[in-house]
Amino acid sequence: MSQPATLAWFGRHELRLFWRDWISMMTGGKRGREPILAGVAVVFAVLIHALAYFLVVPYARAGIVPDKATLVVLTGGGLLACSLMLSQAMESVTRAFYARSDLDLILSSPASARRVFAVRMIAIALATTLLTTVLAGPFINVLAFTDGPRWLAGYGVLLAMGALSTAFAIALTIAMFRGLGPKRTRFISQVVSAVVGAGFVIGAQGAAILSTGKFSRLEIFRSEDVIAGAPGLASPLWWPARAAMGEVVTLAALLGLGLGLLAVVIAGLSANFGDHVVAASGEVYERKRERRRERFRPASVKRVLRRKEWALLRRDPWLMSQTLMQILYLAPPALLLWRNFGDDLSGFLIVVPIIVMASGQLAGGLAWLAVSGEDAPDLVASAPVPERAVLAAKIEAVIGAVAVVIAPLVLALAFAAPRIAAVAALGVAVSAASGTMIQIWFRAQAKRSTFHRRQTSSRIATVAEALSSILWAGTAALLAAGSWFAAAMAPIVLLILAGTWAIRPRRAPGT
Amino acid sequence: MLDSSTPALQLRGLVKHFARPAVDGLDLTVRSGEFYALLGPNGAGKTTTLRIVAGLLRPDAGEVSVLGIDALADPIAAKREIAWVSDEPMIYDKLTPFEFLEFVSGLWSIPAEVGEARARELIGWLGLEPHAHERCQSFSKGMRQKVALAGALVHEPRLLILDEPLTGLDAGSARQVKELLAERVRGGVSVILTTHILEVAERLAERIGVLDKGRLIAEGTLEELRAQAGRAGSSLEDVFLELVARENAAA
Repeated sequence: MSQPATLAWFGRHELRLFWRDWISMMTGGKRGREPILAGVAVVFAVLIHALAYFLVVPYARAGIVPDKATLVVLTGGGLLACSLMLSQAMESVTRAFYARSDLDLILSSPASARRVFAVRMIAIALATTLLTTVLAGPFINVLAFTDGPRWLAGYGVLLAMGALSTAFAIALTIAMFRGLGPKRTRFISQVVSAVVGAGFVIGAQGAAILSTGKFSRLEIFRSEDVIAGAPGLASPLWWPARAAMGEVVTLAALLGLGLGLLAVVIAGLSANFGDHVVAASGEVYERKRERRRERFRPASVKRVLRRKEWALLRRDPWLMSQTLMQILYLAPPALLLWRNFGDDLSGFLIVVPIIVMASGQLAGGLAWLAVSGEDAPDLVASAPVPERAVLAAKIEAVIGAVAVVIAPLVLALAFAAPRIAAVAALGVAVSAASGTMIQIWFRAQAKRSTFHRRQTSSRIATVAEALSSILWAGTAALLAAGSWFAAAMAPIVLLILAGTWAIRPRRAPGT
Repeated sequence: MLDSSTPALQLRGLVKHFARPAVDGLDLTVRSGEFYALLGPNGAGKTTTLRIVAGLLRPDAGEVSVLGIDALADPIAAKREIAWVSDEPMIYDKLTPFEFLEFVSGLWSIPAEVGEARARELIGWLGLEPHAHERCQSFSKGMRQKVALAGALVHEPRLLILDEPLTGLDAGSARQVKELLAERVRGGVSVILTTHILEVAERLAERIGVLDKGRLIAEGTLEELRAQAGRAGSSLEDVFLELVARENAAA
């Protein structure tokens, strides 16, 4: 048993909170679901290992040597993982500043705030590493199994990268906090973390589109131009890749750099972390005046509700940044559209499923905000307006917002390929409608600030929303390509939607 | 047209069960233009009762009549006459008080010019003028409660339901709210209020109901309650504690 208020004691406390929070998130807060969760985890692990096996084995059989082509692919994958880690770490550090939870209690206690924040920073580094390890681990395991245990060094590289990303995220967020102030930091940090998370994927995809005209981001790492233009084998740029391939000295250097930098950042910044948290709590809610309006605007009930939804969304940059990720993924198809304008129509086919899928996801997110994230549910429910009318107004608000984001892309497509644009528009409509309806069927009151964890309220809704937007995207792609398979796929999506509707939670009268 | 003998609120045999009975065959009448205080220990069923009246919950059994309207058969018509204020102010952080009142007026389909005039009056009355165009996110609990109260009054309800409306208000704001409520009652509005601040019930309420375990265990003016408790001249607090203790002893 550790002494109270020591580093180990706080570590145990954090670990317990993290574990309970994670279990609650994964089980949707329902007790007795732990065995199911364990079963799902095993199935997931098997599936992802199988996927890794099929992707890796062809290369492993041919023998993997540290030539330039291999180092480029490994480094590219490492940069992708690093961008995800940095994004995750920035998100966690920002949340540590602004989510008060137990900080009032801790900061008002005689315990050392420095120790608390040191433990929290270490926890962020571990959580960041763990997240990427879940995805990268199966590839490391398969490589170790097929090409030798030297590949297990990849775990060390992940740990070094996690520490490095967290150190960088903490330093960057605190620098922003000091330079820009608490209010701007919250918004900018969220946007930067979203852009960093998606940025590398989209950047690689963009580079592939511009250089090869193809959509796959892997193309860029296999391109002869990139391999030829890459630095020589002795370059430090390849250290992480070399370390992952089992070079012990390089691995030790990387671990020393990552963990050392994290230790320096923690030692240097944890003492003042509490001051920043206190400053954040004071300034997040600074006074914000709106443009003075002298008159009420006449409007129907539906219009009043729509206007309110749009105003709340427009005025919440944090929520805007949360939905930004989905819009960011539209950048590559937009680029493809621009590059292929006037060329072969087949190039546009790839744009259709991406637009359709993005609109389904965007609509689902916005519908959650409008319906489950209603800030004053009792006020709206006590108004003399039928519930159906309230829901209809909210659906209109969601569809309107989706239309504003997606319409420019569909219109641009219409100039080049009207038939494909018509199919895309139809796909967007059904995908957005499906995402919205699923969120309405599975609505459960929650705070808007928990948007990033909206999937926890219903796993079924999350899976159904993802399935419907992916399958509608596939259907639209087949229809755009003139394939009759579209006629077979559409009923499957409708069946999934019907099944989702059938298992929706029944709302007892009066709840 | 309703005459003054039509009760503002009439509950008959109201029942609502969750894990256990929250409201258990409740009969209660609030007269038109009356200030009625509903008291009870924690978990007595006060909030459940008021949520049923506001149309936020459906009862398992019983009848709810609001100003002569069957609220279970025609909830929309009943809701037009009601306003509900809870202890947690139901407002939007990202809207200003002016915009919030415009939203509430729209929800109750009040013509824009009428809603606007009432909103200006309420904003002035509650001392919110300097903050009328500031987002509510920076407001204290008391200011938020005032905005919520203005929202409840902007559509001029005839039955005002207040669940712990003075929670978090400073002495000055609490007095403002009490004066506003008293003024509304003088204007013919019926008020039903729950509170743990018994001094408020003692000073403002014409009649007081004491609820325990979902049932009305005592009702009347303060003098009548004192007589029922056998505590002549005692404070409402003493009377209330005596009545609840007696009920618990009997159970």
